[in-house]
Amino acid sequence: MAAPLTLLLIVAVTIRAVLFRSSLAELISERVEVVSPLNAWKRVVEGLALLDLGVSPYSGDVFHETPLMIYLFHFTVDYAEIVFMVSPYFVDCLSCLLASLDRAKIFRKQKYALESDRYPADCLELLRSPKEMFYIPLKVAMFYLLNPFTILSCVAKSTCGLNNAIIALFIFCTLKGSALLSGILLALATYQSIYPLTLFAPALLFFLQRLYIPVNLRRSSFWCFTLQYAFIYVGSLVVITGLSFFLLGSWDFIPSVYGFIFSVPDLTPNIGLFWYFFAEMFEHFRLFFICVFQINVFFYTIPLSIKLKEHPVFLIFMQIAIISIFKSYPTVGDVALYMAFLPAWSHLYRFLRNIFLVSCVLLACSALFPVLWHLWIYAGSANSNFYYAITLLFNFGQTFLIIRPLTRRRKHPGGFDNEVSCFKSSVWKSSLKS
Amino acid sequence: MGLLSDPNRRKALTNLLTRLNAPICMVCYLAAIVWFMGLAFEPFTLRTYMSENAMGSTMVEERFSSGERALSLAKEFDAHKRKAGGMPVEWLVKAMQARGLEVFTQSFSRKLPFPDENKERYMVRGTNVYGILRAPRAPRTEALVITAPCSPGNSDNQAVGLLLALAQYFRNQIFWAKDIIFLVNEHDLIGMQAWLEGYHHTNITGMEYSPLQGRAGSIQAALSLELSSDVITSLDLILEGLNGQLPNLDLANLFYAFCQKLGVLCTIQGKLQRNDWDTAEGYTHAAQTMMLMVLKQACGRSWGDHGLFLRYHIEAASIRGINGFRHYKMDVATIGRLLEGMVRKLNNLLERLHQSYFFYLLPSLSRFVSIGYYMPAFGLLAVILLLRVSFPGLDHFTFFNPSGPGVLTVLTPVVISHLTGVALYLLPVHLQEMAVEHFPVSETEAVVLTAVAIYTAGLALPHNTQRLLSGEGTEQGWKVLKLTALLYLAVLLGCTALINFSLGFVLAVTLVPITASMTPHMPKALSALAMVLLSPAFTILYCVFIYQELIEAPVSVGEGWMLFLSVISQGILDHALYGSLVYPLLALFIYPCWLMFWNILFWS
Repeated sequence: MAAPLTLLLIVAVTIRAVLFRSSLAELISERVEVVSPLNAWKRVVEGLALLDLGVSPYSGDVFHETPLMIYLFHFTVDYAEIVFMVSPYFVDCLSCLLASLDRAKIFRKQKYALESDRYPADCLELLRSPKEMFYIPLKVAMFYLLNPFTILSCVAKSTCGLNNAIIALFIFCTLKGSALLSGILLALATYQSIYPLTLFAPALLFFLQRLYIPVNLRRSSFWCFTLQYAFIYVGSLVVITGLSFFLLGSWDFIPSVYGFIFSVPDLTPNIGLFWYFFAEMFEHFRLFFICVFQINVFFYTIPLSIKLKEHPVFLIFMQIAIISIFKSYPTVGDVALYMAFLPAWSHLYRFLRNIFLVSCVLLACSALFPVLWHLWIYAGSANSNFYYAITLLFNFGQTFLIIRPLTRRRKHPGGFDNEVSCFKSSVWKSSLKS
Repeated sequence: MGLLSDPNRRKALTNLLTRLNAPICMVCYLAAIVWFMGLAFEPFTLRTYMSENAMGSTMVEERFSSGERALSLAKEFDAHKRKAGGMPVEWLVKAMQARGLEVFTQSFSRKLPFPDENKERYMVRGTNVYGILRAPRAPRTEALVITAPCSPGNSDNQAVGLLLALAQYFRNQIFWAKDIIFLVNEHDLIGMQAWLEGYHHTNITGMEYSPLQGRAGSIQAALSLELSSDVITSLDLILEGLNGQLPNLDLANLFYAFCQKLGVLCTIQGKLQRNDWDTAEGYTHAAQTMMLMVLKQACGRSWGDHGLFLRYHIEAASIRGINGFRHYKMDVATIGRLLEGMVRKLNNLLERLHQSYFFYLLPSLSRFVSIGYYMPAFGLLAVILLLRVSFPGLDHFTFFNPSGPGVLTVLTPVVISHLTGVALYLLPVHLQEMAVEHFPVSETEAVVLTAVAIYTAGLALPHNTQRLLSGEGTEQGWKVLKLTALLYLAVLLGCTALINFSLGFVLAVTLVPITASMTPHMPKALSALAMVLLSPAFTILYCVFIYQELIEAPVSVGEGWMLFLSVISQGILDHALYGSLVYPLLALFIYPCWLMFWNILFWS
C-alpha cells in the first residue's frame, strides 16, 4: 500500500513540477475553465500589491479572496508554487480517512453477509470485500492527484486547490470523530466560499450516528448535541470573521467576497450555469433569478438530509457535487474534488449502465471547451451559444454522474425508497431549464 | 430518458446495436459520402444573399477612371523595383506622400528554420511600406486595409500601380468614415505576418521586426490585390486562410454583387460558374469546385496574402486578376471601380461583418453550403466511431473490474505512440544539421526525409517495445486499447472538424473505415497493407494527386512524389513561420492515434 502511494506521489509531483516550468503554465492560468474571478492567482498578486502599498486590497473590483487567504500568501508568496503543490496532498488525507471509515464498517458488512439470506442476491454484490476496500484509499488518491482537472487547477495556481484542501481536512476530521476540529474547519471552509455551509447537515448527521443519538426532534440529547456542534461552528465562524476584521481594519471584505459570490456581478464565461443567463437577462429580473439560481445550492440539503440521514458520508459527497454544479463561479478544481470520491462508491458502479456514456460526455466536453472558446473569442466565427451549449452538456453530464449513485443507493441494504426519484427529476429539470 | 432507464427496452436497443453494428456502420459511411457529394448538387444548396444591412443596395456610382495612370505607375514601380533589387522603399514613400498619405515603413527579418526551396529563400530581410488615408468624417477608431504584394520578377506590378491610383482617387473623396491603409508588403506572407504582428503588438512566431510608427484604428476588413497584367479576363476570389479559416460569407457576396454590377467575369477556385446544374457536366463542375475548396481548406495554409488577417478577427479576401484566353477583356479602371465599390460598402459598416456565415463551402460563387448542411456528413462518420465505441463499451466494467487488464497494458502503447509523435514533430527540424553532415542532401530534403523516415520507423517501433514491456497482450487488453483509441479519435476528429471542417472530414473519410474495423484477428498482411494505404501520410499523397487532377494539371507518379515531399516541407514551414496547426495536429495527435490502431493489429 505504501509503495504504490509513494510512487503515485512522485508521479504527481513530477507532472506538476514539469508543467510549472513549461510554457503551458501561463496558458493554463488564463483559461476560464480553470480559474474564476474568485480564485485566479493573477488577482491574488494584485491584491498583495495593493496590500503592500497600504491600500485596501478590496478597493478595486479585482480581488475577491478572503483576508486570511491574502495574509497567508503575504507570507508565502515566494513559495507559492510549493504551497500549491502541497495543497492537493491534504486531500490525500481523504484516502486515509476512507480507509479508517471503511475498515470500521467492515464488521457491519460481514454481519450483513452472514444474514445474507435475508437480502436479494444482487445486494450481496454491494457488500464490499475487504480486498476491494483495501485499494480504495489508493484509488481516491489516484483519482484526485492524477485527475487532469486537479493538475490544471494546481498549475494555474488557482486558490481553489486550497479550498479543496480545507474541505478535505474537514471531512477527515469529521470521519475521525473530532467534533471540535470538524466544526472549526467547516467554519473555515464556509468562510472561504460560503457554500460549504450546506455540509453542516451531513456532518451533524454523521456525529449523531456515531454517538448513537437518534434523529428525533423530541429528544433532548439530539438538541443538546446539535446546539453544541452549531455553537462550535458559529463560534469559530464569528472568531474567524472577527479576526479578518482586525487584520484588515474594515468590513470591506464582506461585500467584496460574499456579495461577489451571491450577486454574481462578474459574467466572465465559465463552466457554470450563471454567466450566460445573467448576461442575457433584463436588469429588473436579475434579483429574482439570482435568488432562484442560488437557492439551488442550499435547497437540496433538506430533502437529501431527510432521505440520506442513514448515509451521512454519501450525503457529504452529494453536497459537494451539488455545490460544484450550482455554485456561481465553478472551476474544474471543484469538479475534481467530488470526482475524487467516486471510487469510494465503486461498489455501486456495477449497477451504473450509463457511467461509460457519462464519462465520454465529460471527456468530450472537456476537449470541446477550449475549441469552442477559440472559435468564439479568437476566430470570431462561433458565438457564446456554442460555448454555453457545451457548458450545459457538461453540467448535464455531472448531474447524471451524481444522480446515478444516488438512485442506485436505493438498492443498498441500508435502503431508501422511490421518493428519491423526485429529487432526481427536480435536479434534472432545473439543469435542463437552465 | 425513458428509453435508457427502462431495462427491457434498453436491452432491446443494445441488442439491436450489437447485432446490426457492422451493417449500420457501413450504411453510415456510405450515407456520409453520398451526403457530402450531394452538397454540390444545386437544388440542395442555398443561393447566397447579402445579410449585412449596411452593405445593402445603395445608389452609388463608381467613378474611378484613372486606369491609365495606374498602369504608368505600375511601369514606374517596376523600373524602380528592378533598380533597387527589391522593394523600392524611397520611391514608394515619395509616391505615397505625394498622394497625401501618412507614410511609414517597417523593416523585418526572419531566418527560416530551413531553406524554402519553392520560393528560394532562407534569410529573409525586407521592408513593408504603408500609407494611411485618415478619415475626414469620423474619429479614427476603425480602419480598412488594401494590400498589394511587392513580388520578385514581373508579377503584381499592376496591383501596386492600381493601389497608388486608388489612393490618389480616394484622397479626393470626402465620405470616408474609416481610415484606409494602403500596404505594400514584401516577401508575401512573411511581410504580412511582420506587419500584422507589429500592428497588434504581438509576437507569436519569433519574427524580428521594427515597431510600427503609425497606426490607424482597429481593422474591420482587408482586401488583398494580385494583378500581373494590364488587361484581365476574369477575377478570382480566394477565401481560404490560415488553418482553414474563412472570412464572413458577406465579403464573398459583396465581391459577387459588384462583379455582377460591373459585368466582370468572376471565378472561385479558378472555375467559372455554370448554369446547367441539371446536366452531369454541370454537377461535376460544381463538385470539382467544392472539392477544390475542401482540399485547399484542409491543408490549412493561407492561399493568399489575406489569410493571416483572419487570425486577428479581420475579414479578408484576396482578389486575383487572371488573364486567360477569352475575348472579353477588362482594363484596370474596371477593377479599380470594383474595388472602389467594395471599399465604399465596407466603409458603411457599422460593426464588424458578422451577420452572415463563417462556416460554409462554395460549389460556386452564387451558391453556398452552410454548416448545418455539411456537418451531417461528418456526423455520420463520427457516429460510426461512437457505435464502435459502444460495441466494446457495452461490457462496461472493463475499467472498474479489478480482474480486468491493468492500466499498464493500455498506457504503454499510448505513451509510446505519443512519444513517436513527439519525435516526428521535433526531430526533423532539429536534426537537419546532423543529417546534412552525414548524407549528401540539402537541408530541405534532410528535413522532409527525416520526417518520412521517422514516420516509417514508427510503424516498426510501438508494438515491439510494448510487448517487451508488458508481456503478452490479452484479449481484454486490445479491447480496452481499441475503446480508448476510438474515443480518442472521435474526440480528436470532432474538435478538428469544428475548427476546420474540411480537414476533419478528409481525415475521417480515410481513417474511420479501417480504424472502426480493426481487430488483431484479421489477416495480418492484408489489413496491414490496408492500414498503411489509409494512413495519414497516404491521405496527404492522395490529396496531392486529387488536387492536381482537379486543377487540370495531372502529374505522373514521380512528380506527385516530389510534390508530396514539397507539401510536407511547406507544412512544416507554415507551422514555423505562421503558426499553422496542421503539422502539429498530424504529428502529435492523428499519427499517434493511428499508431494505436496499428498496435491493435499486431496485438499478441
